[in-house]
Amino acid sequence: MGIIKARHMSYDYVQYDESENAVKSRAVDGIDLDIEAGSFIAVLGHNGSGKSTLAKHINALLLPTEGTIWIDGKDTSAETELWKIRKKAGMVFQNPDNQIIGTVVEEDVGFGPENMGVSTENIWRRVRESLKKTGMTAFRHHSPNRLSGGQKQRVAIAGVLAMHPKCIVLDEPTAMLDPVGRREVLDAVTELNQKEKITVILITHYMEEVIRADHVYVMDGGHLVMQGTPREIFSQVEALKKYRLDVPQVTLLAYELKKAGLAIPDGILTAEELAGVLCPSN
Amino acid sequence: MSLELKKVSYSYSVGTSYEVQALKDITVTIPDGQFIGMIGHTGSGKSTLIQHLNALIRPTGGTILYNGEDIWAEDFDRRALRSEVGLVFQYPEHQLFESDVLSDVCFGPMNQGLSRQQAEEEAKKALAQTGVQEKYFSQSPFALSGGQKKRVAIAGVLAMNPRILILDEPTAGLDPKGRDDILDQIALLHKERKITIILVSHSMEDIARYVERLIVMNHGQIVFDDTPKEVFRHYKELETMGLSAPQITYIMHELKDRGLPVDPSVTTVEEARTEILRALAAGGTAHD
Repeated sequence: MGIIKARHMSYDYVQYDESENAVKSRAVDGIDLDIEAGSFIAVLGHNGSGKSTLAKHINALLLPTEGTIWIDGKDTSAETELWKIRKKAGMVFQNPDNQIIGTVVEEDVGFGPENMGVSTENIWRRVRESLKKTGMTAFRHHSPNRLSGGQKQRVAIAGVLAMHPKCIVLDEPTAMLDPVGRREVLDAVTELNQKEKITVILITHYMEEVIRADHVYVMDGGHLVMQGTPREIFSQVEALKKYRLDVPQVTLLAYELKKAGLAIPDGILTAEELAGVLCPSN
Repeated sequence: MSLELKKVSYSYSVGTSYEVQALKDITVTIPDGQFIGMIGHTGSGKSTLIQHLNALIRPTGGTILYNGEDIWAEDFDRRALRSEVGLVFQYPEHQLFESDVLSDVCFGPMNQGLSRQQAEEEAKKALAQTGVQEKYFSQSPFALSGGQKKRVAIAGVLAMNPRILILDEPTAGLDPKGRDDILDQIALLHKERKITIILVSHSMEDIARYVERLIVMNHGQIVFDDTPKEVFRHYKELETMGLSAPQITYIMHELKDRGLPVDPSVTTVEEARTEILRALAAGGTAHD
């Protein structure tokens, strides 16, 4: 069984109108998931497609209205498992300023394990390890509010890491960052996936970030409407446009050149690949 | 009509041990009708600079002139300036507060002295121009999606008929279609209303596609001020400042390095397509 498994999972948000009648809107609709431990998953979808609602089910911030989701074999709706699940699956959100609470970086990172009742000595060991893995050791005595956006997000990731999760869910972690901050965060996440074998679920609107993933899910109207490798997904330029999405610029350029009559395969993902096709002698 | 900054400096927490100089000797002119992009890493001084443009922050050194008048002169009407220079912040939800969309957009023009009826006219015009459909007018702005909230926030500023519209990352967190819609809408406003646009963005691709002039901030100073094409020629330097070039620039350099004689200074997909087809038609493949 995979690290994340869902069967017919649905979620309804309930609002009350002026006459106190419950109005339901279905944000996630009948989703099945099977995510292997150690994989790097990207989730795409337009605003309101259900991505964040799905993500919040992975660490039991939301429980399914219908169907079931299991994290590492544990049903999230079993209340006794709640804290075990939250330890297994950590979340990082979009706004770096909303998820940092400590006044010093290392205190912030230690908050999670301290809450879990880890011994003081072990907390410090975990803090040191987590800061090292995210490349933030040099900043351990800094005040978080003096850091750049990318550095703050890496502190947030270190905070999750210190809880020794099996899986990290990142909900648009780079949406507010400058280009270098974006790269720092992605590199940190990629390294955790490759070296620590932590399962990564990355939700993003930046198509070029998806190239690193093993598998891509595309959501629309609460459904999973496409899935496959980045190359399989990005070969379908028109289908993605229909879902209000895009492809990386290099993929779009290759697609435009193909339409202009050049013999170029579908789903070009990098500048090197395009150069390999256009400059064949090298 | 123009905004001129002359040797403008700004320091936070002057006189304390936390004093930080956020802007250093900024001299720049914003003439009428330009579509200007502004980039810089987090903390480079962009936000501090744009808050100077409508007198939200008073410089600690230097002068700011609007149509030749010092905006910090005692008799200068800064209230009027703030309706001529509209600012849309990064989090649109922070500048929405009314119970329905139409009232929210009416707030600015009513503050300018218009009657509710006149304000509604301006509001409806602005909402139409930002692509907000009538069915949303009576809804709570807080019930809208992120993209819709941004549109309403932009309409709220636009309804005051500003001469200059400053947008601080208007597309952060929007899906690709939402991002394109908003930027297309802004480009259209620029064309139709002839207003000056200052677009602050972390997306080099968006900058390359829309702006005619690009200002780069680093450590509180303007380090480049030129066309995007010229600025992105310095992409190696931009990288040392926490920035980058559009993806297309890297692709074109890769092609050139591998022997395809293309001009690597193009910055958009459309230009790259034309340039590659030209280079190939000229027989310039690497194996020739």
